[in-house]
Amino acid sequence: MTTTSFTQVLPRVLFVNRHAAMGVLGDSFVASTKFEILKAFESPLLLPEFLADQSHPVSAIIAPVAVPVTADLIRLLPNLRLVVTTSTGVDHVDLVECRRRGISVANAGSSYSEDVADTAVGLLIDVFRRISAANRFVKQRLWPLKGDYPLGSKLGRKRIGVVGLGSIGSMVATRLEAFGCQISYSSRNRKPSVPYHYYMDVQEMASNSDALVICCELNDKTFHLINRDVFAALGKQGVIVNVARGGIVDEDEMVRCLREGEIGGAGLDVFEDEPNVPKELFELDNVVLSPHCAYTSLEGLEQLGKVLVGNIEAFFSNKPLLTPVL
Amino acid sequence: MESIGVLMMCPMSSYLENELQKRFNLLRFWTSPEKSVFLETHRNSIRAVVGNAFAGADAQLINDLPKLEIVSSFSVGLDKIDLGICKDKGIRVTNTPDVLTEDVADLAIGLIIALLRRLCECDRYVRSGKWKQGDFKLTTKFSGKSVGIIGLGRIGTAIAKRAEAFSCPINYYSRTVKPDVAYKYYPTVVDLAKNSDILVVACPLSDETRHIVNRQVMDALGPKGVLINIGRGPHVDEQELVKALTEGRLGGAALDVFEKEPHVPEELFGLENVVLLPHVGSGTVETRNAMADLVVGNLEAHFSGKSLLTPVV
Repeated sequence: MTTTSFTQVLPRVLFVNRHAAMGVLGDSFVASTKFEILKAFESPLLLPEFLADQSHPVSAIIAPVAVPVTADLIRLLPNLRLVVTTSTGVDHVDLVECRRRGISVANAGSSYSEDVADTAVGLLIDVFRRISAANRFVKQRLWPLKGDYPLGSKLGRKRIGVVGLGSIGSMVATRLEAFGCQISYSSRNRKPSVPYHYYMDVQEMASNSDALVICCELNDKTFHLINRDVFAALGKQGVIVNVARGGIVDEDEMVRCLREGEIGGAGLDVFEDEPNVPKELFELDNVVLSPHCAYTSLEGLEQLGKVLVGNIEAFFSNKPLLTPVL
Repeated sequence: MESIGVLMMCPMSSYLENELQKRFNLLRFWTSPEKSVFLETHRNSIRAVVGNAFAGADAQLINDLPKLEIVSSFSVGLDKIDLGICKDKGIRVTNTPDVLTEDVADLAIGLIIALLRRLCECDRYVRSGKWKQGDFKLTTKFSGKSVGIIGLGRIGTAIAKRAEAFSCPINYYSRTVKPDVAYKYYPTVVDLAKNSDILVVACPLSDETRHIVNRQVMDALGPKGVLINIGRGPHVDEQELVKALTEGRLGGAALDVFEKEPHVPEELFGLENVVLLPHVGSGTVETRNAMADLVVGNLEAHFSGKSLLTPVV
């Protein structure tokens, strides 16, 4: 049933790409009695033709990172009033255009924060303690042949610099405190209520840290924030973990530093040109790679589904968005 | 002290070897092809044995060394030392507690995340180029899952403290209830397994705890539960574990220790819900050096008539 009475039609929400969660959770991922989902990915038509074919206009769109909400796309949706992203980051949404047209934007809020924080910590431990590399060593049957595996480095008392102390950064910090790490952070603004040392300058933080964990958003100010100077400051034993966006790190520079031993190791869930990963990294044992899935646990995606549905239902009942960006 | 014979049972740390060599007459057991001849030759000069998790001082060795005064273990576990005979003969025993607690606990949590979030498989997925064909599958969240710890000693407590930072409810099994801890006690390991998502082995190995994780425990843990072993291989019935994993009765396992190291059951190599490490619980430069310092410190104390630093017997 798509109508509640002969005069009322449910709002139509456009789903361009099939989301990973749908493969596991099915349509129940974003099911609601208060709106109708339009699945563009089930049609053989290209998107512009598909949209032209619809008799009833689309008023909201679910926008994963893979579907940038550009001015061109917005032009195809003249009745668009709401964008809900499946990510916390909204760097793939043309916010200027949305603001201009009075389109509201909501994101995933902190649906993913725990999972991303868990992965950040997992990657950090993996690099320092060589978990993935040693697992490879054992599974390749090398233990009886080669004897003991090279030693790793102790996590306790390591100085960890968290770049961006939002929802994810804070969770990373409280987790690492339990391991006896010393936490400092860099952020747009100092946060007076937190017990960690604040650095206005990331490079200065890097020179006083054993590892950097990147948890900030990607925008004009943070693009290539982690650059040659920061890597030099981090030093030969230093480790970088990136669970934010590839563009925050100068990837070519990072690859060079890793290959030449200028930094000690890296745990990376994101890259500048996904799914392409610099193949030079594949030769390195002190690097742990992950295909942008720090956020994808089943439980986290169930939570995401609730937030998506909650935002859409709130908007169309003229209630405040749960996780508004615009 | 240069004439004091110290028998080192196997390679364990070149730093330790150097430090022992500076102070004592270091005899490297593994370099001799004829062990019984070696012992016969040196039996009257060996006054100390340095062992570890792989090789210690069993009854036979102790009986072959009439001048043995002290066994200093490069480990906290004492399962490779015949403590009864040492007590009877007045042989001192020392180990390396505390200095390795944090590393082992850190590794336990690292293994949990690597297993639940499939970090090793993700790494493999990217390196093999598969990401270009599609995203990795969904994994299971760690934060908030219940963690059941077998043995709430130094290491078990350190693991609990870390897991709490991930909002994990903590359960434990121990020989007796610990009245001053806020965690939930279960009187049997099967009950603990039934009520936990993640089961961690963190108790000492003894006759009582051999195969403490048996088929019944694994079935109680179930196809959604996972086992983490950072204790000793014999804590787990390894043959049953292989069956439980290959038959899908157990959700997954992350193992740092095995019954017959360095040999690992073949069947485990191909499983993506299994993480395998070559006994690296205390394997950091910092901790192995601290452990070595304790071994040397204990031996020096003993041979200069001072109090031992970390005596067990």
